[in-house]
Amino acid sequence: MHRSKESAQEETVAQAEEVDRLPPLPAGETPLVEAEGLTVHFPVRGGLWRGVRGYVRAVDGVSFRIRRGTTVGLVGESGSGKTTTGHCLVKLLTPNRGSIRYKGTEIGSLSKRAFFPYRKRIQMIFQDPFNSLNPRMSLQKILSEPLEIHFPDMSARRKRERAAELLELVGLEADHLPRYPHEFSGGQRQRIGIARALAVEPEFIVCDEPVSALDVSVQAGIVNLLQDLQQELGLTYLFIAHDLAVVEHISDEVLVMKDGVIVERAGSEEIYRNPGHPYTMKLLEAVPRL
Amino acid sequence: MLRYIIRELLRHRLGLICLIILTVLYAATILSQFLAPYLPTDQDLKHAYHPPTKIVLQDWWPHVQVYERVDPSAARYEPVAGETVPLRFFAPGEEYSFLGLFPTNTHLFGVDEPHRVYLLGSDATGRDVFSRLLYGAQVSLSIGFIGILVTMSLGFAVGSAAGYFGRYVDFLAMRLVEFVIAIPSLYLLIALRGALAEYFDPEQMYLLIVLILSLIGWAGAARIIRGMALSLRERPFVLAAEVMGQKSGRILMRHFLPNLASYLLVAATLSIPVYILAEASLSFLGLGIQEPGTSWGLMLKQAQELKVFTLGLWWLLTPGAAIFVTVITFNMLGDVLRDIVDPRHQMGED
Repeated sequence: MHRSKESAQEETVAQAEEVDRLPPLPAGETPLVEAEGLTVHFPVRGGLWRGVRGYVRAVDGVSFRIRRGTTVGLVGESGSGKTTTGHCLVKLLTPNRGSIRYKGTEIGSLSKRAFFPYRKRIQMIFQDPFNSLNPRMSLQKILSEPLEIHFPDMSARRKRERAAELLELVGLEADHLPRYPHEFSGGQRQRIGIARALAVEPEFIVCDEPVSALDVSVQAGIVNLLQDLQQELGLTYLFIAHDLAVVEHISDEVLVMKDGVIVERAGSEEIYRNPGHPYTMKLLEAVPRL
Repeated sequence: MLRYIIRELLRHRLGLICLIILTVLYAATILSQFLAPYLPTDQDLKHAYHPPTKIVLQDWWPHVQVYERVDPSAARYEPVAGETVPLRFFAPGEEYSFLGLFPTNTHLFGVDEPHRVYLLGSDATGRDVFSRLLYGAQVSLSIGFIGILVTMSLGFAVGSAAGYFGRYVDFLAMRLVEFVIAIPSLYLLIALRGALAEYFDPEQMYLLIVLILSLIGWAGAARIIRGMALSLRERPFVLAAEVMGQKSGRILMRHFLPNLASYLLVAATLSIPVYILAEASLSFLGLGIQEPGTSWGLMLKQAQELKVFTLGLWWLLTPGAAIFVTVITFNMLGDVLRDIVDPRHQMGED
C-alpha cells in the first residue's frame, strides 16, 4: 500500500509503454480530434507532511481518433476514467502524459492562456442538469456569458437576439429568457445546457453523460436533439455514457473503457452484435430490455 | 432570491418586528440632526444632571414642566408647581444641514430659551442625553455596517480565492487566517489602537476603529467562505464557466458571490452586533471615540461615576439600553434570516 515515490513513478513509466497504438492514418486525412497515450494520474497524499503516497491511475494510456462530423461513444462504469478523459479534452485537466491533437495541432500541453482560442471550438455538456446551471442567473445571463467572452464586440441587443435564437434552436421558447433554471424540468435544463455550449458556435462538443441523470422518457428527446444539431451544424461529438444502449444509438464508433484503459473499440453496430471483451458483454447484459 | 428573503421576512412575525425596530432606529439616526433639539456638544452648566422633564397637557397643547434646582451641591431638581412652557414643534435652533442637502435651523421640537427640554435628562455638563443618544447612534449604528462591509469583502476575497485556487494560495491564506484567529482579539484591538493612533487625528478615530475591527473580523468569515468555495468549485456550472474560458476573477464575482450571498447576508446580520459591542467596549475603555464626538460606548463611559448610582441618575444609562435593544434585534433578525435561507426551508423552491 505504501509505495515509495520512485517506485510509483517507475510503474507509471512501465504502464505508459503498453499504450495501444492507433492504426496508421489513411493518407491525407486529419481527424478533428486525436488523443494518443493520454494519461492522468492523481497523486494520493497522506501522512503528516501530505507527501505523495501513490497515484490513482484515472486514465492510463488512452488513444482514439474522432473524425469530423462523427460521434464517438465512450462507455464504461463509474470510475473507469471516461469523465477524466473528457475533462482533458476541454482542459479542465492537463494530462500527465500523452498528446491531444486538434486538427493536427498539439493542444494537450498548452497553457491555459494559450488554450483560450480553443475554448470557442471545444465545448462541453454536463451530466447533472440541476447543477450545471447557476441557480442565481437568468437564462438570458447564462446564455450571454459565453457570448461576452468570445464575442466581446457583440451589442447587448444582438446578444439578446442570439440568446433567443439559441433557445429556439434547442426547442425552448424565446420568452423563457428572463426565467431562472429552477423553473424548468431536468430535460429542459439539459436543453439550456446544450444551448449554452452552442453559443460560441463550437465544432466539437464533449457530452459528459448528458442523459444519464434524466428520465428515460426524456432521454430520447435529448439524444434526438443532439443528433439533429449534429446534422444541422456539422458538429462532432465525444459522447460519454455508462449506458451502452444510448451510446449505440448515437455513435458511429464505440470505445469501451475500464480502469483507465480502453478495452474494446468497434463500430457501434458491431459492438452490439459481436462484443469482443467480457466487460463489454457485461455492459450489454446490463442494458434493460423491453 | 433577495425577493424571496424579503417576502419570507415580512411574513415572519418576529422578523417583521425586528425589521420595524431597526428601521425606526436607523431612520432616527439619519434624521438625528432634525430630531434632536440640541447639539450633542451644547452645554448648560446650570442644568447639570437634570432629570427628564415632564411633558404635561395644558390647553390641548403639550407643555414642558419647569424645574428649579433645590440643592446646587447634589444636583437635585424639583418641579415648580404650575410653571410650564409650551413645547414648540418645528422650533428654530442650531443651524445644520438637512441630510447634507440644504441648511436649516428647524428642529422637530424645542422650547423657548432659557428653558430647556430634556426628554432623557442631562449629563454632567448639562448636555441633552436624548440628543447625544441620537448623535451617538450615528457612530454606533453605522460602525457595524461599515465594519461588515469591509470584513465581508475581505473575507470573501481571501476565502473564495483560497477555496477556488487551492494549492499555495489556499495554504498561505489559511495560515494567515489561523494567525489572526490565534491572537486574543481584545489585546490585538488595544495593541493596534496603540500602534496606529499616532497616524490618525482624534476626529479620524472612527475610521481607525472600523479599520481595527475589520482587520480582526475578516479571518473567521474567510475560513467559512473558503469551505463553501471548495464545494462550489466542483459544481458543474463553475466547470462550465471554465470550459467557456471565463476569467477567474469573473468566476468568483458572477458564480461564487451570488451563490454565497445568502450566507453572507446571515453572517453579516449576525456580526453587526459584534461591531456595535466592540465599539462600545473600546470607547468604554477610553480607546474609542473621543470627545467632542459621541457614541453610545463613550456615553456609558461617562456614566461610570459612582454619583450616577448613588443619586439614581438612571437616564445616563439609556445608551446601555439602546445598545441592548440594537444588539438583540440584530441577533434575532440574523436568526430569522438563517431560518429563511436554510435549505430545509426551501423545499421545492430550488
